[in-house]
Amino acid sequence: MTRKQRRLTLIGGGMTVLAIAVALMLNAFRGSIVFFNSPSDVVQNHVPPGTRIRLGGLVKDGSIVRSDGLDVRFEVTDGKTEIPVTYHGVLPDLFRAGQGVVAEGALDRGGVFDADTILAKHDETYMPKEVADALKKSGHWKDDYAQRAALPVGGASQ
Amino acid sequence: MIPELGQYALMLALGLAVVQGVMPIVGTRSNDPALMSIAAPAALAQFAFVAAAFAALAVSYVTSDFSVLNVYENSNTQMPLIYRLTSIWGNHEGSMMLWVSILTFFGALVAAFGNNLPAVLKANALAVQAWIAAAFELFILLTSNPFVRIPNAPFEGQDLNPILQDPGLAFHPPMLYLGYVGFSIAFSFAIAALIEGRIDAAWARWVRPWVLVAWMCLTLGIAGGSYWAYYELGWGGFWFWDPVENASLMPWLAGTALLHSAVVMEKRGALKVWTILLAILTFSLSLIGTFLVRSGVLTSVHAFAVDPRRGIFILGILILFIGGALALYAWRAPLLKQGGLFAPISREGALVFNNLFLTTACATVLVGTLYPLALEALTGAKISVGPPFFDMTFGPLFIPLMAVMPFGPLLGWKRGDLYGAAQRLIAAALAAAVVTAAAFALERGGPVMAPFGVGVAIFVMAGAVTDIVERTLILRVPLRVAARRALGLPRSAWGTAFAHFGIGVTLLGIVSVTAWGSERIAEIKPGDSLTVSHYRLTFDGTFGRTGSNYRDLVGRFTVHRLNGDIVGTMQPSRRAFPDRNMATTEAALMDRGVSQIYVSIGDPNKDGAIPVRLYFKPLVLLIWLGAGIMFLGGALSLSDRRLRVGAPRPARSKQKSRALPQPAE
Repeated sequence: MTRKQRRLTLIGGGMTVLAIAVALMLNAFRGSIVFFNSPSDVVQNHVPPGTRIRLGGLVKDGSIVRSDGLDVRFEVTDGKTEIPVTYHGVLPDLFRAGQGVVAEGALDRGGVFDADTILAKHDETYMPKEVADALKKSGHWKDDYAQRAALPVGGASQ
Repeated sequence: MIPELGQYALMLALGLAVVQGVMPIVGTRSNDPALMSIAAPAALAQFAFVAAAFAALAVSYVTSDFSVLNVYENSNTQMPLIYRLTSIWGNHEGSMMLWVSILTFFGALVAAFGNNLPAVLKANALAVQAWIAAAFELFILLTSNPFVRIPNAPFEGQDLNPILQDPGLAFHPPMLYLGYVGFSIAFSFAIAALIEGRIDAAWARWVRPWVLVAWMCLTLGIAGGSYWAYYELGWGGFWFWDPVENASLMPWLAGTALLHSAVVMEKRGALKVWTILLAILTFSLSLIGTFLVRSGVLTSVHAFAVDPRRGIFILGILILFIGGALALYAWRAPLLKQGGLFAPISREGALVFNNLFLTTACATVLVGTLYPLALEALTGAKISVGPPFFDMTFGPLFIPLMAVMPFGPLLGWKRGDLYGAAQRLIAAALAAAVVTAAAFALERGGPVMAPFGVGVAIFVMAGAVTDIVERTLILRVPLRVAARRALGLPRSAWGTAFAHFGIGVTLLGIVSVTAWGSERIAEIKPGDSLTVSHYRLTFDGTFGRTGSNYRDLVGRFTVHRLNGDIVGTMQPSRRAFPDRNMATTEAALMDRGVSQIYVSIGDPNKDGAIPVRLYFKPLVLLIWLGAGIMFLGGALSLSDRRLRVGAPRPARSKQKSRALPQPAE
């Protein structure tokens, strides 16, 4: 083979692998992307039952009901709309009433959100970014969330 | 006083970095050896000042000087000394200090041990290294100053985020940064070669040890982070395809490709232009990783930054260095000479295959990580790209790479004998086939693909063994001769075999845990039992325990075999940190060979029952053991004679001939 032919083989091989990768990615994007919705989004966008979404907002105070075993019911609110959520399993360390939460799962026909994953990857001063944005949009962002996250007593100066 | 000294030292380091970044380049342009020789002492001095600044911060932490905002926010007198030290890098400002310290440390190493480098290459490389250091020192001083004071010093500090109060944090970030930042050396050498407009096989020989060191540290850093997440987060996952993890995986993939393409360049003088590009891309991915983690664009426990100025500053650094490097590459790369020829079926061809798949896999990870960010910036839609995406893209690209891996070392340079290599791999393929069949026969209810995954892992391991067997002729010649041959093998051959074997071990662990791990999640009362795999755990009850800055609620479990024999006890706990009003899950792990039993508990409810997650993780320890073997392989390769000896003879003579008109050198 000449240098040119060899180079063409290389480029051809590279292009083939790249094409396969692009095909794999497009295919994966179709099946595995999950959209984030606030409770109001769910109502406005008429999210159909069975579609996997992430539902984010605050855990409504006083809405947590633990039944026998590991079944939990609670409501996720953004101040305007509430969506009931059911979950079976151990809740994360930071799950609490009044705190931000992101649940992944799908709505059932009765409008109850059946979550299979509860994410609470934040600490007591930090909100999931999606939740903070959704709360700001609905006007229920409390300033003290940001303040608690920002500075200690006395403030800071150079 | 001490924090002010630290800040002052950092400013001086910035000044030195500017000198180190400008003078040597002027020297190489004007052929002035005096100016070029400034680079090395400047690099050493710059490191000394950055180290002094880091030490000043460390002293503030150890003495709990809460008049320093950074210390106040992240430390506490109740914390043990080790966590007061590790909390230096458990926050944004401190971790950037660590980043810069390691960056200048590598610069100093090149300055101190790069005596065999051509003067021009060394001067240019150290100058480029100084630009990077200057950018990040400026970043710290302008946006992330760890030495900021509070006017009225509080008596007690806040606490370090409890999930970071763990021995894992002592080890994981420094290792990861040694890896990330270690690739800056390859980047600097690549830019230096482009500035100079010439490159030869010796370049690869100088750069390879640095790439190896960075790769080894990154391997251990990623594995350490994975093990830390596994036991600390309480749900027994070892990899989440979290953007922060992806940020460390991408440089690893590109760095692995670089390691292999540099071999081709060193041995055969081919793939020069590609190797230069890979060196640029690998460090660019490290920078992108730093940007993702440090700018706060991601929602994750790692994203401490809340200040958008920081994000914009790092983005600026990113654009400047990546854009600048790629522009320089586009301009200068055509000047570099073409390398040697090789047939598609050859050692070079196999390494090109490796590079092709590694970089493509890296690209899919990059797309999966950046796509949600791009979509949100462009349309405002918020999506998450989770594990299914990566399983569907990364897996299909990685498995063929694994399957082809054993062939590479058995093929000859320039023109390989595929049929011969396949013949020599028959034993390995048979072993893989037998184990696959056994896995099919024994498994209950795992995914159909899992036994094939095990087969590939066995093939990779057996292939690595085959390589050594073939080189030592251990089955054909007397044992003594074979032993002598084994000792005579280049260390890098052993390194290759170990690293490839390690990949197989890790793959075996991943496949086994993913396919055959079992879990039980239940709420149980004292006296109740749960069964998982071949073990039964009885819940004996809970008791309290007080630590230095936390309270534990410990659950006690007795572990039995199914026939009733007691194996031991396990004590997972819920750990409450009153200073932060936070709780963490402290899982209990019990080794059974290389498998593990894993228990974590939740908060007890009113009637004393506790939620329990119980897992059996078959062969899980192999995942990290494999990484350890890979590290060992890297170390063996690093100790290879040709790397220790340094510059090869032809280059030395070239250096001499070029040094002749400059007697001052």
